Amino acid sequence: MATQYDVVVIGSGPAGYVAAIRCAQLGFKTACIEKWLNKDSKTVYGGTCLNVGCIPSKALLDSSHKFVEAQHHFEVHGIKTGKVAIDVPAMVARKDKVVTQLTGGVKSLFAANKVDGIAGTGKLVAKDRVVVTDHTGNQQELTATHVIIAAGSVPIEIPPTPIDQQTIVDSTGALDFQEVPKRLGVIGAGVIGLELGSVWARLGAEVTVLEALDDFLPMVDRQIAKEALKILTKQGLNIKLGARVTGSKLTKGSKPSVTVEYTDKDGEQKATFDKLIVAVGRRPFTKDLLADEVGIELDARGFIKVNEKCATNIPNVYAVGDVVRGPMLAHKGMEEGVMVAERLAGKKTQVNYDLVPSVIYTHPEVAWVGKNEEQLKADGVTYNVGVFPFVASGRALAANDADGMVKLLTDTKSDRILGCHIIGASAADLLQQIVIAMEFSASAEDIGLTMFSHPSLSEAVHEAALAANGHAVHIGNKKQRH
Amino acid sequence: MTIEIKAPTLPESVPDGTIATWYKKVGDAVTRDELLVDIETDKVVIEVVSPTDGVLQEIMKKSGDTIVSNEAIGSVQEGGASQGKVESAPAATSAPVASNNDGAEAANIISPAARKLMEENSIAPGAIAGSGKDGRVTKEDVVNYLERPATASAPAPAAASKPNPQLSAAEGRIEERVPMSRLRAKVAERLLQASQSTAMLTTFNEVNMQAVMTIRNRYKAEFEKAHDGIRLGFMSFFVRACIEALKRYPAVNASIDGSDIIYHGYQDIGVAVSSPRGLVVPVLRNADNMGLATIEKEIRDFGEKARDGKLAIEEMTGGTFTISNGGVFGSLLSTPILNPPQTAILGMHKIQDRPMAVDGEVRILPMMYLALSYDHRMIDGKEAVQFLVTVKELLEDPTRLILEI
Repeated sequence: MATQYDVVVIGSGPAGYVAAIRCAQLGFKTACIEKWLNKDSKTVYGGTCLNVGCIPSKALLDSSHKFVEAQHHFEVHGIKTGKVAIDVPAMVARKDKVVTQLTGGVKSLFAANKVDGIAGTGKLVAKDRVVVTDHTGNQQELTATHVIIAAGSVPIEIPPTPIDQQTIVDSTGALDFQEVPKRLGVIGAGVIGLELGSVWARLGAEVTVLEALDDFLPMVDRQIAKEALKILTKQGLNIKLGARVTGSKLTKGSKPSVTVEYTDKDGEQKATFDKLIVAVGRRPFTKDLLADEVGIELDARGFIKVNEKCATNIPNVYAVGDVVRGPMLAHKGMEEGVMVAERLAGKKTQVNYDLVPSVIYTHPEVAWVGKNEEQLKADGVTYNVGVFPFVASGRALAANDADGMVKLLTDTKSDRILGCHIIGASAADLLQQIVIAMEFSASAEDIGLTMFSHPSLSEAVHEAALAANGHAVHIGNKKQRH
Repeated sequence: MTIEIKAPTLPESVPDGTIATWYKKVGDAVTRDELLVDIETDKVVIEVVSPTDGVLQEIMKKSGDTIVSNEAIGSVQEGGASQGKVESAPAATSAPVASNNDGAEAANIISPAARKLMEENSIAPGAIAGSGKDGRVTKEDVVNYLERPATASAPAPAAASKPNPQLSAAEGRIEERVPMSRLRAKVAERLLQASQSTAMLTTFNEVNMQAVMTIRNRYKAEFEKAHDGIRLGFMSFFVRACIEALKRYPAVNASIDGSDIIYHGYQDIGVAVSSPRGLVVPVLRNADNMGLATIEKEIRDFGEKARDGKLAIEEMTGGTFTISNGGVFGSLLSTPILNPPQTAILGMHKIQDRPMAVDGEVRILPMMYLALSYDHRMIDGKEAVQFLVTVKELLEDPTRLILEI
């Protein structure tokens, strides 16, 4: 006898659990299927983000950042420590505790909202039927008026470096090292590669990042990317651009290692590492998810095809999060989950794909939203630039953390804010002010006319807005040449 | 509750208008549909009535102020036994609302920069439709508003100021200085344009109106009875004669557009009418399909509307040919000015008994001078003359109209 639901959500990552909770809040009888088992073989919610993604990486980044601060940046404040050491297992255990707290939090939210969490692998067998196979092989069938697929994504593997989660790991493995690798190789200088490389570099690893593209962070504003490369290199990341990995050779034994073969502009190269992280991107996960008879269409890259309302080609079946097109970001998935839930209830919620903020959680953080200079030039838009470096911010100097800048781009004619790019401490939080402002079609002058607390890092945003119109107070003003 | 009074939506060709006269002052009681204010545009005067019973609470735009489409000009405090419909919140007229709300509840919210810019440019709140979230007015909206194309014809600067006559007594001689009304200024400009940009000349002829007068005298009563009291005048004959002649001489019915000539396959006859505010030319559309009675009725209606200032803009645009009758005022002979982009205009004059030579004898005939002003760039002298001769012949022998010869 199949259990009937109004909505069945497959996947309890950020897109899935948010969709499920919102559906339940709106009065739908909702189930959320999750196949993830933690280290103790217990079903946990939260998907990649909570378990092996956003949260654990941020936990390790913060722990390792504090280590660096203690080791190198306390002295200037007059704080004397002895030699600072890191207990990696303890650090990893704390990370696990944070993860457990949050996955438990989702479980509580499910209970509070009366979402039925169902353990097992969900498969869409008809447009209104999902079969869940649990970890012992038992199956149950759920019928659903609406189905929301939130199956997420998995790391991409490349043939030259097959993952063994011992010496050659993906992001999941990189979060569980029990000691600091002496030599760490990272393939891919994207967000994940830089973040994970940073963690272990801070703790003492000799890190080499091999990036196949010739450009560093091509999706980031050039000026900001250049600054980021400079700072990360100074922090000890050896970033090699234009380096294409062609093969690898594992050396087993008591001290396993891997020798990576790659080609760059100088020819064929080799490098040996104790651990190698493959961080070349993620791909949508649809294995064992969709019965062919249902006829759900995928696009050329394997994402489930959806329209701007996240509806698939099959009526009443929706898909959200990393399994569909768009930036593979948890917040994008969450808002899509909310949109689908609310639209099912008859509301007219939309996702504004033009204002999806992005963050790299290195230190300093890099965060951006909207258009960058290259995009505006390509679009033929005349724009003004307002830049304010943190070195001119009282708050940043007081905190001894003044790397980076705020950069604001505005339309020359209307003064409307078109993009914001920040590298600096708390960039993600500073950027959010501008994301809100852009949602309200704000102009730089609007920001300029708003009062900001002094002394705060946010003031840098205020000054950048004034600079865009040529009258920043706390730095000299450059003539606009765009 | 307070209800806003807004200027009506102006047609595309009319960028703005001027507040002419407020008939009520702040504090006056008003009733629904009562006339509150006249708004003058280049072409017509538009009446704005009260949306509800109540009291006139605020006048935002005074006499002489310039207003744009849908601009707020005042407000009425609803009161009394008013069952009037409440005006909906001002919605953005054209801009998209990229938000999750369908309504425009925030339409009166103006961003800080927008507010500053509006104040710096003396733009009243409510003058600009907001394109931001929920209808908020953004700085961009104000920037675009300030850059909107200037009015097609700049009225004489004096028109924007109060139309109050100023009496000045210099050296005991009184002068009254009155700024040109908007309508007059516009008319003045068009007339100037007509004479400067066309190669205008006038050809004359004269018509023996006896035949037409005989018909009128004979059938006047019966005509009125058969056509609901419509009087058989001269204009219907003039119009029909012109239509017939225009068919035979299409160049006279044509318009110039840049370097192109447009030959119209229809006749839209403008009939110049004098109104208390000035000269206006309502148009008889597809006049060829109109019988004498219809023509007389239309002209009578135009006259009434012009007198009451109720002519609609659509009634006055276009026209392929114009007839002007100065005879009603006693003009014997004149040279009418062209009505661009038309290429010709016919002036009719006073019918006056004159001694004429007929078959070697002197007879007294009711004669009328005809004057055809035409654009020589378009129309040859020969065509113009022959057109006029045709009109004359058709009027002198109306049977030709029936026979189409």
